[in-house]
Amino acid sequence: MTDNDLLLNIKGLRIEALSDDGWNEIVHGVDLTLKRGEVMGLIGESGAGKSTIGLAAMGFTRDGCRISGGSVVFDGEELLEKNEKQKQALRGSRIAYVAQSAASSFNPAHRLIDQCCETAVLHNVLDRDTARDEAVELYEKLRLPNPGEIGFRYPHQVSGGQLQRVMTAMAMSCKPDLIIFDEPTTALDVTTQIEVLSAIRDIVRQFNTAAIYITHDLAVVAQMADKIKVLRYGNEVEEADTRIMLSDPKEEYTRSLWAVRSHRSVEKPAVKDSDVPIISIQNISASYGSDGPRVLHDVSFDIHKGRTVAVVGESGSGKSTTARCLSGLLPISEGCILHNGEELPISSKQRSKEQLRELQMIYQIADTALNPKQRICDIIGRPLQFFLGLRGEEKKARVRELLTLIELDPDIYYSRYPTELSGGQKQRIGIARALAAEPDFIICDEITSALDQLVAEGILKLLERLQSELGLSYMFITHDLATVEAIADDVVVMQYGKVVEAGTKHEVFRPPHHPYTELLLSSVPDMNPDWLTGLLQQRAAMDGSGESVKRPEASNPKESVCQSN
Amino acid sequence: MKDLTKTLRQISLSAWFGIVVVSVYILVAFFAPVIAPYGETEIVGGVFEPWSDEFLLGTDNLGRDLYSRLVYGARNTVGIAILTTLLAFAFGSLMGVLSATIGGWLDQLMGRSVDVLMAIPQLIFALLLLTIFGTSIINMILIIALLDSTRVYRLSRAAAVNVVAMDYIEAAKLRGEGLGYLIFREILPNITAPLVAEFGLRFCYVFLLISALSFLGLGIQPPTADWGSMVRESANLISFGEVTPLIPALAIALLTVAVNFIADWFLHRSTGLKG
Repeated sequence: MTDNDLLLNIKGLRIEALSDDGWNEIVHGVDLTLKRGEVMGLIGESGAGKSTIGLAAMGFTRDGCRISGGSVVFDGEELLEKNEKQKQALRGSRIAYVAQSAASSFNPAHRLIDQCCETAVLHNVLDRDTARDEAVELYEKLRLPNPGEIGFRYPHQVSGGQLQRVMTAMAMSCKPDLIIFDEPTTALDVTTQIEVLSAIRDIVRQFNTAAIYITHDLAVVAQMADKIKVLRYGNEVEEADTRIMLSDPKEEYTRSLWAVRSHRSVEKPAVKDSDVPIISIQNISASYGSDGPRVLHDVSFDIHKGRTVAVVGESGSGKSTTARCLSGLLPISEGCILHNGEELPISSKQRSKEQLRELQMIYQIADTALNPKQRICDIIGRPLQFFLGLRGEEKKARVRELLTLIELDPDIYYSRYPTELSGGQKQRIGIARALAAEPDFIICDEITSALDQLVAEGILKLLERLQSELGLSYMFITHDLATVEAIADDVVVMQYGKVVEAGTKHEVFRPPHHPYTELLLSSVPDMNPDWLTGLLQQRAAMDGSGESVKRPEASNPKESVCQSN
Repeated sequence: MKDLTKTLRQISLSAWFGIVVVSVYILVAFFAPVIAPYGETEIVGGVFEPWSDEFLLGTDNLGRDLYSRLVYGARNTVGIAILTTLLAFAFGSLMGVLSATIGGWLDQLMGRSVDVLMAIPQLIFALLLLTIFGTSIINMILIIALLDSTRVYRLSRAAAVNVVAMDYIEAAKLRGEGLGYLIFREILPNITAPLVAEFGLRFCYVFLLISALSFLGLGIQPPTADWGSMVRESANLISFGEVTPLIPALAIALLTVAVNFIADWFLHRSTGLKG
């Protein structure tokens, strides 16, 4: 290897962030080297400094951060010595960046193609017409539908997965030497993720572009990267080639990351036919607005005491809508919901206090589920006072008890505000609030999807412990099948507002599958680095149409769902 | 206690200026009879006497001591302005939050009524209503409070709509919480920042509106001392190159600035804005 091959050489990088008590170092001397055409995966939990290092590779820091030491040499030139104008000339043309949320990174007021060409035109690499032609070519390479036409749409007119690919095309427009992908598929569901991953991988190989791929999903990084660097608290844990790293991690921390995926729940005894289900959903249909299109069609399933029912499906499949019907926020137009054999009133307003108490909900985004102006003791204390009539010392003691139950120290957290907590801790408070009402049934709406794997793992374990201690039943809504495997007893697969398959976990996960379940299952990334290649070959062989992922025909046309948007 | 000293240390210079000025105004208003050398409506000398040791700022068109009237004016003008603004806020923000929480026809009804009220220029509308209902301090307070509450309504509704969409409100609704708890415990604490900032601005507008109405003769009625009408009564003096009529105007301006400094500081503190 000669020095010419070396595209990026970061040595002893130190980055400081401004907090209330001055500058604090958040990245403590990280080295990183990257050859031309090489893909490096950066992984670690949130706060590990992945994105900060990724941005520093462009000589950039976020507001309130500064690079305090080390060197960043890109293609033989020291970036940190360049002034802002020189760095700007490099950014976009030779180093590009693909952000996590494509939806918030595009300007909603401009057409996609204009935003795609902007960089190339601005850097005088291409004139506008050539840039447009090349963009269309890139769209084709990224397997976007109607490559000639899609660029003339506005960002809100294309799906999330397509938008992420358009953003990759935008980054590619100047044929850069280095692209930094910052969690490009984290916000997408599994089936869309595959399309984006394979498109990104192909195009990076085609142009021999080097890439830094930032993610917290190990299985994803296994498909994309040649080598992997594990980070923690702004320090490097270890670095190795992907295959070596996966088969033989050196450090304890890396092994703990790997182990997350191996968690499995204990088998529970089968349900007897004579048992009355705690919640029985019977043939419910629902629509938004009185004359809007139906979003739920004839949905039925049961949830038994002490069991976890996972409801899976991609976004728009009606998972959360079912939960809203259950909680009485969305009126059902047909069918009924039985709670311990008794029919529940349709609207939450007509339900008795007792019925409301027994059915609790935990939300996806803990930030919006906890009132930022209330202290933890008030948030957890309110249901105690409201449902159980506890006051004063009694209430205080119970709040402390609940905090202990969710594994948070009452002395520290009792009078804090939600903003002073981490994401996982907030989600625990959400759980405590639900528990405070002493429910027998809890709806968990994607409660781990906003958390990184180690934290999510902790939450799942906590839920399982609570289930065995308190005999709770959960309805667990998720699009992540790894989570389903970890926690569910029964699985309900939904698509386009209908139940396509239901049964115990083993029944659903064991072939033969419904084609949609098959698609979902096969789309969950595997830790095996050859998984994506194998899957794509297999799928290509199956339909031979050249399209990488073919959706099984649904008995209900998707149009009916789209109209509701 | 530690928190208090920390908060005090974080107060910016401009906010300190605001706090000092407002405190002085409050003290003056409170101890007016002690500070003022003469009575509020007492005729103590000749007409338009110049500044002297006896009459610190001279006398007005009826021979009343201007300095004493300025001091009593703090009581009337500031007191009435605060009362009016508080009333406008209590009514406006309550209706705004109520609209956002309940939605539906109430929201439509309130929204359209406010549109109608706001379609007519405020000063002209106030003049119109005061002529219809008669000029009295009570009427003036109620009319200005009503007209100003429309602005508060729109702000608090807009702010509350964002809060109502949050999951913690849904959680509270699912718990079966009453409207009172929703509004006072869940929503209002989250919209205090914009409301306080608006309070500072609104207070100044109300203050200026009262002064303007008084200047036009429909506000606070003579012989009650009021800064707006004081400017009018001695307005003639300006043509003789006298600064005296500008002093009540200056008092108004100073208070306006001071109140806004405090509101700015509070806004920065509660939203965590830096700089």
